Amino acid sequence: MQEIRKKYVIPGDHIADGNFKNLLNAVEISNKIYATRVGIAEVGMDGAKVIPLSGIYIPRVGDLVICKVIDHSAMAWELDMNSCFSGHLPAQDVFGKEFSPSHDDLTKVFGIGDLVACKVANFDRSRNPLLTTADRDLGKIDSGEVVRVSPTRIPRLIGKRGSMINTIEQNTHCKIIIGQNGIVVVSGPSARDILISVKAIRMVDEGAHTTSLTQRVKDMLEGSTSGNIG
Amino acid sequence: MVILGDLMKKQGIRSDGRKIDELRPVRIEAGVLKNADCSSFIEFGGNKIMVAVYGPKEVHPKHMALADRAVLRCRYHMAPYSVDERKNPAPSRREIEISKISKEALEPALILEDYPRTAIDVYIEVLQSDGGSRCAGITAAAVALADAGINMRDLVTACAAGKVDNTIVLDINDEEDKKGQADMPIAYMPNLEKVTLMQVDGTLSKEEYKKCLDMAISGCMQVNQLQKEALRKKYFGNEEEEEGDMN
Repeated sequence: MQEIRKKYVIPGDHIADGNFKNLLNAVEISNKIYATRVGIAEVGMDGAKVIPLSGIYIPRVGDLVICKVIDHSAMAWELDMNSCFSGHLPAQDVFGKEFSPSHDDLTKVFGIGDLVACKVANFDRSRNPLLTTADRDLGKIDSGEVVRVSPTRIPRLIGKRGSMINTIEQNTHCKIIIGQNGIVVVSGPSARDILISVKAIRMVDEGAHTTSLTQRVKDMLEGSTSGNIG
Repeated sequence: MVILGDLMKKQGIRSDGRKIDELRPVRIEAGVLKNADCSSFIEFGGNKIMVAVYGPKEVHPKHMALADRAVLRCRYHMAPYSVDERKNPAPSRREIEISKISKEALEPALILEDYPRTAIDVYIEVLQSDGGSRCAGITAAAVALADAGINMRDLVTACAAGKVDNTIVLDINDEEDKKGQADMPIAYMPNLEKVTLMQVDGTLSKEEYKKCLDMAISGCMQVNQLQKEALRKKYFGNEEEEEGDMN
């Protein structure tokens, strides 16, 4: 089996030969593996994958997403997920089993325009993703700076075992909520700290494919926290 | 009346000074428009074409949505100032046809099953036309679709070949298109070696047809390199291949 450590690819680039059990953003045609996205190809014993550098967010069950309420009916809210699908949050999920459309007012909990941290409870391609707020740290987001990044940069923003996000949080003392859909909310003790965090997030967004990014972000944060934010 | 010989200055040299197997100068750029989801710009000889892609997004009207795949919608449009005399901006019969064939040329490369109940809109806007605009439009559209991060089996590259003054030539320009004997636009997936569009206008013998097809494919291979360069330039700049730890 061929071993390619990391390689920049664009759609149609041949990345490996042979049978792979797991393919991510790659397609097998006549026993050859081709990339289907612009990104970084990684081929190992466990599979062939392309870490994409562009593209929209496709929901997956269990993802934490930050959504905006765009509409509601008597029974549910409709949320903008920054995806090609809009999220469905049933009122029963928030009010409990005793929910009654005639007695409970949905707008008292989430109004149109509110930002809500949710989890994707179910998504099976045939209907819009079902969201839930029934978990720790989920629900309405009252304050913070909203930063939009490309959804494909989120794994890089989190880093290996959370290394990147921990670096930013520790240096700026901010709390950062990362939605897998590319919406990031930063709240912190001062406007200056928030600005530094936002700058670091933008740095990751722009240089996601480059090496030693954590170190460069660390250097920027240490320089910024002791001097000017630039 | 066409005066034969006008299109060929001398043996092997065409009216615009190109050799028979030479492309016009091609320049492709990815991500040129800020407001579109993704975009590209191509200069193919005198053609100047802007392509914008929106999506995948929710389908409106909803009844057009397909349960198992995305709907690809293409619009090829020529700006009123793209030709010598003002063109009526309303879609013409030709534009409707090219919109349809562009969609059909791009569709085999896209993995539309990955985006059920969504729509992908491709807008091909010809700012300046110089023959072979459908090929240039498809080429630029493939770059914009790759830029949009839509799963693709391969890039689609298009190039025309034709018969001019009884000679098979690559990438015919506007003059050769109008006065020449045949025109064969080809859209091709270079890595998969599959043709996704083939049209022929004119008369060709069996041998000429084969030669024309081979020449168009060789042109596609050259244009494909430029497509790849445009995408690499946007995403990777001048960086070398990654070998180190990405953290």
